Amino acid sequence: MNIGLLYSRIRRDEKLLLNKLRDRGHEVTKIDVRKEQFDLSEPPAAFDDVDIVVDRCLATSRSLYITRFLQSYGIPVVNSHETADICADKAKNSLALADAGVPTPNTKVAFTVDSAMDIVEEFGYPCVLKPVVGSWGRLMAKIDSEAAAEAILEHKATLGNYEHKVFYIQEFVEKPGRDIRVLAIDGEPIAAMTRSSDHWLTNAAKGADAEAFELDARAKELVQQASDAVGGGLLGIDLMETGTDYTVHEVNHTVEFKALNEAVDVDVPATVVDWLESKVEGEKTLAEASA
Amino acid sequence: MSDTITAEDPLTGEEIELPSDVEVGEIIDSPATGTELEVVALDPVTLEEAPELEEDWGE
Repeated sequence: MNIGLLYSRIRRDEKLLLNKLRDRGHEVTKIDVRKEQFDLSEPPAAFDDVDIVVDRCLATSRSLYITRFLQSYGIPVVNSHETADICADKAKNSLALADAGVPTPNTKVAFTVDSAMDIVEEFGYPCVLKPVVGSWGRLMAKIDSEAAAEAILEHKATLGNYEHKVFYIQEFVEKPGRDIRVLAIDGEPIAAMTRSSDHWLTNAAKGADAEAFELDARAKELVQQASDAVGGGLLGIDLMETGTDYTVHEVNHTVEFKALNEAVDVDVPATVVDWLESKVEGEKTLAEASA
Repeated sequence: MSDTITAEDPLTGEEIELPSDVEVGEIIDSPATGTELEVVALDPVTLEEAPELEEDWGE
């Protein structure tokens, strides 16, 4: 098969995937999204021979538009635009989880500093302020006091672009110094790890220590539900342990897996390639049936 | 076959070693300055300073 890989930079994650695809004898068409132009009806020539496209764009804006264009052209793409649209925005992400009955931290959104302050006072201290778009734990604020809240909100309102005037405020979850990242394909867990840190942020990108984690039945159930809630695909689902249950705080749609691949015994890129192969087979079967 | 190849660091002008399976689009840290460099061509291997991190990048 011929796999189109949308990218703007090749990280270790993309390289693991590219190497595995080539090892299996597949053709790979690397498509640097910075060089492409997207027409309303005809796909760029770079997409001519691809059986499926894997979106590995780093930039959320590019990911959202290009997946939409590809679906309009009828080119299969993973993850879907619909999944990307939900996962790219923390407010939509939280709503999808809540709508599906998946436990998720209590969250409120407001659009003015005064309304945001009211939420902060209601949640009490500490609480957490997050940008609706963004990753790797950047620009996350743990608000410990009224003075800090006023300063952070004023900074965001004054210095940020319009997205920073969407105030996404969340209760602070007392987790046991770690959270859990699950890589799942259409809700089926492939591998899981804990990310531990003394810092309140436990993102791998913030230097948290990764260790393999065995999911129990409840965690597996929540992973399936969370995946279904955002439309499925190759996802990174983040859970926190609350003592009696789990809470799912986020689902990521262009998931990094290099840290996971090192922490677990599973060959993560091989599993992703297995899935891509089955997706292409499925697309071919569908095309033959409708021919 | 050698496991490494060399290319010029565009910031310092020094020759730096890269893995022989380097890809266009791959990001390399400059050993001298730590700056992120992007592989923009393979024949010969050419490096440029990588674009800076943007607000909506990641996961």
